[in-house]
Amino acid sequence: MEYMTPNFTKEMVKTHKILIPNMAVTQFRLMQAALASEGYQTEVLGNCGSEVAQLGLKYVHNDTCYPALLVIGQFLDALNSGKYDLDHTALLITQTGGGCRASNYIKLLRKALVKAGYGNIPVASLNFSGLEKGSGLPLTLPLLRKVIAAIFYGDMLVALRSQTHPYENRPGDADAMTEKWIARIQEWIRNNKNYSAHDMKKQFPAIAADYATIPVTRVPKVKVGVVGEIYVKYSPLGNNDLEKFLESQDCEVNLPGLMGFVEYCVANTRLDIDLYGGNKLVAGGADAFLGWLDSIGVASYEAMRKYGFYAPGSFRELMKKPEGIISLGAKMGEGWLLTAEMLELVEGGYGNIVCAQPFGCLPNHIVGKGMINKIRALHPEANITPVDYDPSATRVNQENRIKLMLAVARERLNQPAESPAPLTAEQLAGGAPQLQTTVQ
Amino acid sequence: MRVGLDIGSTTIKCVVLNDAGEILFSTYERHFSHILEKGKALLEKVAAEYLPDGKAYLAISGSAGMGLADSCKVPFVQEVFATRVAANRLVPGTDCIIELGGEDAKILFLTGGTEVRMNGSCAGGTGAFIDQMATLLKMSADEMDKAAQTATRTYTIASRCGVFAKSDIQPLINQGAQAGDIAASIYQAVVNQTIAGLAQGRPIKGNIVYLGGPLTFSKTLRESFDKTLGVKGLCPENSLLFVALGAAFYADEESDLHEVARRLDDYSATATYVSLPPLFANQQEYEEFHARHLKATVPCLPFSAQCGPVHIGIDSGSTTIKLVVIDQNANILFESYRPNLGNPVPLVRDTLLKLYKDHPGLQIASVTTTGYGEELIKNAFHCDRGLVETVAHFTAAKHFLPDVDFIIDIGGQDMKCFKIEDGAISNIFLNEACSSGCGSFLQTFAQALGYDVKEFAALGLFADKPVDLGSRCTVFMNSSVKQAQKDGASIQNISAGLSISVVKNALYKVIRASSPEELGRNIVVQGGTFYNEAVLRAFEKEMGVEVIRPDIAGLMGAYGAALHGRSHAGENAHSSVLTQEELEQFSQTVKTVQCNGCGNHCQLTVNTFADGKRFISGNRCDKPVTGKANDEDLNLYAYKLQLLEEYRNAPTPAQPRAKIGIPLCLNMYELLPFWHTLFTKLGFQVVVSPFSNRKLYQSGQATIPSDTACFPAKLSHGHIHWLAEQGVDAVFYPCMSYNLDEHLGDNHYNCPVVAYYPEVLEGNCPELTKIPLLYDYFNLERRKDFYKRFYQSITKTFPGLDKKAVHAAIDAAYEEYARHMQQVRDKGTAIIAEARKEGKHIIVLAGRPYHVDPEVNHGIDQLIIRQGAAVVTEDSVSWHEEKFNTSVLNQWTYHSRLYAAAKYCTTQPDMDLVQLVSFGCGLDAITTDETREILQAGDKLYTQLKIDEITNLGAVNIRLRSLFAALEERREAAAERA
Repeated sequence: MEYMTPNFTKEMVKTHKILIPNMAVTQFRLMQAALASEGYQTEVLGNCGSEVAQLGLKYVHNDTCYPALLVIGQFLDALNSGKYDLDHTALLITQTGGGCRASNYIKLLRKALVKAGYGNIPVASLNFSGLEKGSGLPLTLPLLRKVIAAIFYGDMLVALRSQTHPYENRPGDADAMTEKWIARIQEWIRNNKNYSAHDMKKQFPAIAADYATIPVTRVPKVKVGVVGEIYVKYSPLGNNDLEKFLESQDCEVNLPGLMGFVEYCVANTRLDIDLYGGNKLVAGGADAFLGWLDSIGVASYEAMRKYGFYAPGSFRELMKKPEGIISLGAKMGEGWLLTAEMLELVEGGYGNIVCAQPFGCLPNHIVGKGMINKIRALHPEANITPVDYDPSATRVNQENRIKLMLAVARERLNQPAESPAPLTAEQLAGGAPQLQTTVQ
Repeated sequence: MRVGLDIGSTTIKCVVLNDAGEILFSTYERHFSHILEKGKALLEKVAAEYLPDGKAYLAISGSAGMGLADSCKVPFVQEVFATRVAANRLVPGTDCIIELGGEDAKILFLTGGTEVRMNGSCAGGTGAFIDQMATLLKMSADEMDKAAQTATRTYTIASRCGVFAKSDIQPLINQGAQAGDIAASIYQAVVNQTIAGLAQGRPIKGNIVYLGGPLTFSKTLRESFDKTLGVKGLCPENSLLFVALGAAFYADEESDLHEVARRLDDYSATATYVSLPPLFANQQEYEEFHARHLKATVPCLPFSAQCGPVHIGIDSGSTTIKLVVIDQNANILFESYRPNLGNPVPLVRDTLLKLYKDHPGLQIASVTTTGYGEELIKNAFHCDRGLVETVAHFTAAKHFLPDVDFIIDIGGQDMKCFKIEDGAISNIFLNEACSSGCGSFLQTFAQALGYDVKEFAALGLFADKPVDLGSRCTVFMNSSVKQAQKDGASIQNISAGLSISVVKNALYKVIRASSPEELGRNIVVQGGTFYNEAVLRAFEKEMGVEVIRPDIAGLMGAYGAALHGRSHAGENAHSSVLTQEELEQFSQTVKTVQCNGCGNHCQLTVNTFADGKRFISGNRCDKPVTGKANDEDLNLYAYKLQLLEEYRNAPTPAQPRAKIGIPLCLNMYELLPFWHTLFTKLGFQVVVSPFSNRKLYQSGQATIPSDTACFPAKLSHGHIHWLAEQGVDAVFYPCMSYNLDEHLGDNHYNCPVVAYYPEVLEGNCPELTKIPLLYDYFNLERRKDFYKRFYQSITKTFPGLDKKAVHAAIDAAYEEYARHMQQVRDKGTAIIAEARKEGKHIIVLAGRPYHVDPEVNHGIDQLIIRQGAAVVTEDSVSWHEEKFNTSVLNQWTYHSRLYAAAKYCTTQPDMDLVQLVSFGCGLDAITTDETREILQAGDKLYTQLKIDEITNLGAVNIRLRSLFAALEERREAAAERA
C-alpha cells in the first residue's frame, strides 16, 4: 500500500504557495525571508485552535507522537480554512532521516492528506539525508546559506531577548528590539545582504550592542533551561506556550539554539563513520562543514559575551560534555545533543531544567529521562523535571510539575545552600533495588 | 494568625493557626467538585469565627488551587513543596515522605539530596484508584481495608496504571476469588506502583512518614508499605493536613479573607473552557430523536404456561450478568440485567430457580452462555453451549438489521466493534487495556460527583456548552475534568463532555475511523452504555449517520446467545441444564492454588460444584485440566526458546579467560547465537540470563527511570540484576543503531530503545558500578569494519587477545548466526508443511524477536495452539517476499520482516497474521496501520494484541476465539458459494 500525493517539482516554485508548520517562531520568520529571496512564496502557519489537535487525532494514528498529530492537524486545518487556493498550495515538512519514527512524518502526512480528500496537494521534503529524492525542496547553495544565516541570527535574537526581557525597566523594550532586528535581518536576507559568514560575524557585535542599550535592572531571578524533543521544545503550539508560562512565573528562560540541532546532524555523519567505518572523504567534508558552522557560532557567542550576556561554549566543546555519560553514538531523535545541552545548561548556571518530550517519545527514554540520574550524580544541584506533552495531558498537570521545580529553584535562589557533597553513583542508585516480590 | 487552604482533586482542607503555631481550626472534606462554593464558604466561616479583623497570612495550595490562587491574588504554594515545609517543622528528622492523595502520588526525599517525585501523567490517581476498586468490589473504602486484613494470599495485579489493574481484578472477581485477597492485592499493587513509578532507583529508608487520605485511613496500606520497604513508617498527627499546614507556615502576605472570598465569586463568572456544540439544538430535535429510537424493539410477550419450548441466553459480562428467555419465535418472555456483585454464579442459580418455580413444567430447549464468565457458567450449570461474545452480538444484531455492516458495543468495562462483510465478521476492534472502562467510568464519575449515573447522563442532554475533554484514556480524562471544573464548567456541560469523550474514544482510539463511509451505513449500537441518550446522540452526531439502538441494547449478548441456541437446538430438544432439584442442592466452593505443572506457575482458581465437577481457570495450558502439556511440535515460539536454551546450557571452556554475562533481553533474543559463539571461541565463559519471569522483573523494577518505556526494555533491568548475582566479570550488551540488512526495507535501523537501552542500564543500574558494562557501538552489517572495531573494543578490557583469533571468532559468529536463522526458517517451513498435512490453520504470531520471551508474550502462543492452530514467527516466513513499496518509511529491520510476513500471509489461504504489540512501543503506532492495510488489501483479517506487564489473558482469548470463529464463518461461506 502506498499513498502518493504529487511530488513537489521545480515548476511549482513559481506557481505554488508553500505552507510551513510553525516551530521555532523567530528563526522561522527569518527563514521565510530566505525562501522569499529565492523566489518561494511561503507562509508559516499560525493557526492553533482546538481543531488542529482534533484533525490530527482524526487522521493520524493516535499513538503516533504528538508533534506529528499537531503538524498534520495544523496543515489540514489550514487547508480546511478556505484561505488558500488549493490548486496552488504545497506543504513543506522536514525530515531528519534517523532511526526515530519522526522520519515517517512525511508518509503520515501523505496518508492523512489522501484520507482527508487533499490527495492533490504536493508535499515537499526538507532534508539533508537524500530521502524523498523526487520531492525534495531544491536546496540551492545560496538558499542553504541564507537558511543557515536565518538560524544563526534567529538563535542570537532569541537568546538576547530572553536574557533582557525579564530584567527590562520598561516592559516591552526587549520585544520591540527583537521586532526591529527581525525586520532588519529579513530585509538583509531578501536583498542578498549580510548572510555570508564573514558579514554575519561583522553584524553580531552590532546586534548584541543594541540589546545592551536597553535599560535593565539585573536582580537574581530563577534561571530555567528548556531542552527536549525539537518540536515540543520550540513550538508554542506543542508545549502549551512553555516559554511564556515560565516568563509569567518570573523566570529567565534559556532555549538552546536551533543551530545546535543542525550541527548535531552534521556531526553525526562523521561520528557514524568513526564508529562503524565508511567513506573518509565524507567524514572530512562533514568535519570541514562543522568547523565552518562552529566558527560562525563562536563569533556570535563572543559578541554576546562582550556585551555582558551569557553564551555557551563552541559546538566542539559541547560535544565533549557527554563524555562518561552517554556515547556520541546515540544519534536517534535529539540523541546525545539533548544530554549535552542539559550538561551545558547546568554548568552555565541554568541548573533548573524542563525536559520536554511528547508522551512516549522513544529516544527520550534514553537520552532524556534515562540520563537524569547520571547528570545528578555529577551535578547534585541539577533540578530537572521531565514533562510529557500529548493531546490530553492537561496544562494543569504540566504546570503543576513545573511549579514544583520552580519552588525548589526559588528556595535555592533565596538561600544558596552550601553545595552538598556530590553523591556517589552508588548512593544515587541506592544499592540493590528495594522492592520485594509478591509472587508466592 | 495564619490560614492554609489546600484544594486537592477530591478534597478541600483548611487550617487556622494562631501566632504560636497551634491549630485553632481544621477541616478535611470532600468537595464533590464544588470548589468555588466550598472554598468561599470556608473562607467566610474562618474569617467570621477566628479573625476579628478578617485578616490573616493566607496561602493556597493543591492541584485544584493553582489557577484559583492566581486569580484571587493569593500566594500559591506548590503542594509538594508545602508538604516539605510542614514536615521540616512538625516531624524533624524525617528522611522520606510518602504521600498519596486523591489523584496524586508523591515521594519526597528530605535527606541525602532533597528530591521530590510526583506521578507522571500516566500513572493515574491512587486515592481515586482505590475508590474505583472499592466500587468494583461493592465495598466502602473502610470495608475494603477491613476485608484486606483477612487476606490469606495476594494476586499479582498490574501495578502501572489503574485501568490495567482494573482489568486484572475483574477476572479475579468473575472467577470467584476471595474479596479479602483481592483487596489486599489492590493495596499491594498501589505499593508497587508507588515504589516502581516514583522511587526510580532511589532507596526508601530511614524515618518514613505517611501522609494523605488513603495512607491515613487504611491500616493495610501502611502495613503493605512497611512490609515491602522493610521499614516501620509513621503516620503522624494531622497527616491529612500537612499541605494546608505547609501553606499556612509559608504564607508571607496578609490577605483580607472576605475580599478573597469575593474575588472567588468573580472567578466563577468567567467560564473559559474549550466547548463543543450542544447535543440538541432544541427540545423538538430531542423528541424526534427519542421517538426514532423507540422503534427498534423486540416483542415482549407475557410468560404464559403455553409458551412452548424456551431458549435461555446468559451473558456473564465483566460487571453485569444478563439473562433472557425467548420462545420459538424469538419473542422475549423474560429478561434480567443485574450487576454481578463479584460472583455471577449464585445470581444465575437464583434466577434459574425462580424460572422453575414460577413456571412449573417449563420445557427448556437450550441454554447458551457467552461473555467473560461463559466457561464458568456453562460448567457450573451444565449448559448446552458456549459462544464467543462477539459472535453472540453479531447474531443478535442481525436479528434487528439483517444487512448490518457494523456493530459497536460499549459495555461496562469493554468496547467491542466489528465490521461485517459478506455476512461474516471481517474485522474486530477491542479496546486495549488503556482506554477501557467506558461505561463503568461514567458511573464512577457520576458517583464521585454525587449523582446517580442515569440522572448524571440525563443532565448532559441539554447542556449548552459541552466541555471538550479529548479522546484519551479515562485516567487522563480525570485531570481534564478537573481542569474544566476549575474553568467554571457546569455539571451539565461536564456530563455532556464525558459522553462525547466516550464516543470519541471508540471512534478515534479503538476503531480509528476517519469517516462514516469507512464504518458502513448500517450500524447497530448496543451495550448498556448506549442506554445513555447523551452517548447515543454524541455517536450519531460525531459519525453523521442515524444508527439503530435496539431497546434491549444491554441484553444483546444474552439475546444473541439465546438465538444461537434456538437455531442450533434440534426439534423438541431438552437442555442439559441442572434441574430444579439439582439447583436446590447446588453449591460452589472457590479455591485458588498455584499450578506446579511447569515453570509458568499459573495461579489457578478452582471452582468446585455440588456434583463434584470442577472448573479451573487461570491456566495457560491444558496440563492442570488434562494432565498433559500442550503439544509444542507446531509451535515455533517454543522451538526458538529451545534453541536459545541450548546456548545457555552450552559447555564452558575448561579454563575460561573470564566470565562474561549476556542479558537475554531485547535484540539479544536474536543475536545471542552470534555473541555467544564469538565469546566462547575466544575462550570466555558466557553466562546468559534466563528467560524473564515476574520475579526477575521485580528484582530490577526499582531502577527503571522511564515508566512509559516498553515492557521488554524494562525487563532488561532484572536481567542485569540476575547477572550481577552470578558474579560475572563483565556484562556485554552493545549499543547498535543499525541492525543487519535483510534487504526488505529502505534502511536497517533498530528502534531507539533497542539501539541504546544499554546506555540507560549503565546510567541507572547500581549493579553496574561494580561490574563493567561493555556497551560499545557496533554495526554488524559492516563486517570489515566490525573486525577492526570489535578488536579495538574488546582489547580495551581484555588486552592480549590475538587479532587473528578474534577475526576467526567473528567469522564463526557470523556463521553461527546464519545457521541459527536458517534453522528457524527450516523449522517454520516444516511446521507449515505438517500443519497442512493435519489440516490445521497456521497463525503467524508476528512481533519482534524478544516477543518469544514467555514473560513478554504471556503464553499467547500456547493459547493459539490450544485453539488447534500452528504457530510460526514473522522471521520464518518473511524471506519469501522481496522488498515492496509501503506507505510508511520502511527503515527498521524487525518491522520490514513484519510487513513482508503480512504480505506473504495474503498469498496463503490457510495462514493468518496476529500482531503482538508492546504497550508503549512508539514504532508500532506506525507499523500497526501499515500491517492492517497490507492484510486488508489481501482480504485478510487483521488482529492486534497489545501486551504489557498485564497478565489477564481473558480479553486475548476472546479476540483469538473471535478470530477463529470469523475464519470458520468465512470458510463456511466460501464452501457455500462453491
